[in-house]
Amino acid sequence: MKLLKLSFLVFFGTYILSACQSEQKKLPIYGETTTVTNMVDGKEVVDSVYHTIPDFSFLNQDSVLISQDFFKDKIYVANFFFTHCPSICPTMQRNLLKAYEKYKGNNKIAFLSHSIDFKYDQPYVLKDYATKLGVDNDQWQFVTGKKQDVYGISDKYMVFTKEDANVPGGYDHSSYLVIIDPARRIRGAYDGTNDEQVSKLLSDLDLILKEYN
Amino acid sequence: MQYASNGQKLYVKHCQNCHGAQGEGLGKLYPPLTDTLFLKEHRSQLACIIRNGMRGEIKVHGISYNQQMPAIPELTNIDIAFILTYITTYFGNSKTHFKQEEIAEFLDNCKK
Repeated sequence: MKLLKLSFLVFFGTYILSACQSEQKKLPIYGETTTVTNMVDGKEVVDSVYHTIPDFSFLNQDSVLISQDFFKDKIYVANFFFTHCPSICPTMQRNLLKAYEKYKGNNKIAFLSHSIDFKYDQPYVLKDYATKLGVDNDQWQFVTGKKQDVYGISDKYMVFTKEDANVPGGYDHSSYLVIIDPARRIRGAYDGTNDEQVSKLLSDLDLILKEYN
Repeated sequence: MQYASNGQKLYVKHCQNCHGAQGEGLGKLYPPLTDTLFLKEHRSQLACIIRNGMRGEIKVHGISYNQQMPAIPELTNIDIAFILTYITTYFGNSKTHFKQEEIAEFLDNCKK
């Protein structure tokens, strides 16, 4: 009887605690933050200026030019890969597919995979890859672009990419999946090859969806 | 038993990223390793596929796959024997294992 009472107390306590925490919790904002001082009604107001993803223009799997406008009012997950990558990409894309399937049809969530193999991954190659992976709508965009544009913007997402002949496939890159909010700020980065971090990505996506509801 | 556990370690290191932890493959990109008929019919070519990779269309569980599989030249004959034993017993329904000598013979006869 005592054990029953104790376990009830533990359950109840944990429920209250978790309910409180989820009410207040918001995903952090990453990247270099500066401040700007403005005059508002004669008073000095200091605002934070967050790191944001700059404007971009890439060709997608349907040979359509995609820009930041496609992701207006959306939360999206970005990553960097290439279609014939033998090492980390299959696992990373397999895990990102879980997120795609979970939020399929939700027009507030999108996915953006940038190919870092600007030589081979032409739109029709990306289309073939996307279709075979199981992507059948425009919610997950696969894009290619000029070397300096793709590698340049990977810096803005804080994801490491590099051409390297000594690495299997010839391109070296990290497997981070990055959450971007509608204000183009980085809200989270998760190792796409790590099951625990992928689970966190899924629960954090739920969290940020609540924030922008 | 020894064969299967060594095979699992090698599988996780070299094969799992594309073929999955349960040998389920990935969409229509990378085929599953659970088609026991395919494994039986192509038994003598399996070692060649693992060591030399492969390209061209194949049908697994009736579904067509046509991506290039990379070669893994650093695998030894015993490595391949371990991996194939693991795959055919855990994802297939085989009760026998592949011997190192068999693998050597298979590799001598790989189609060019």
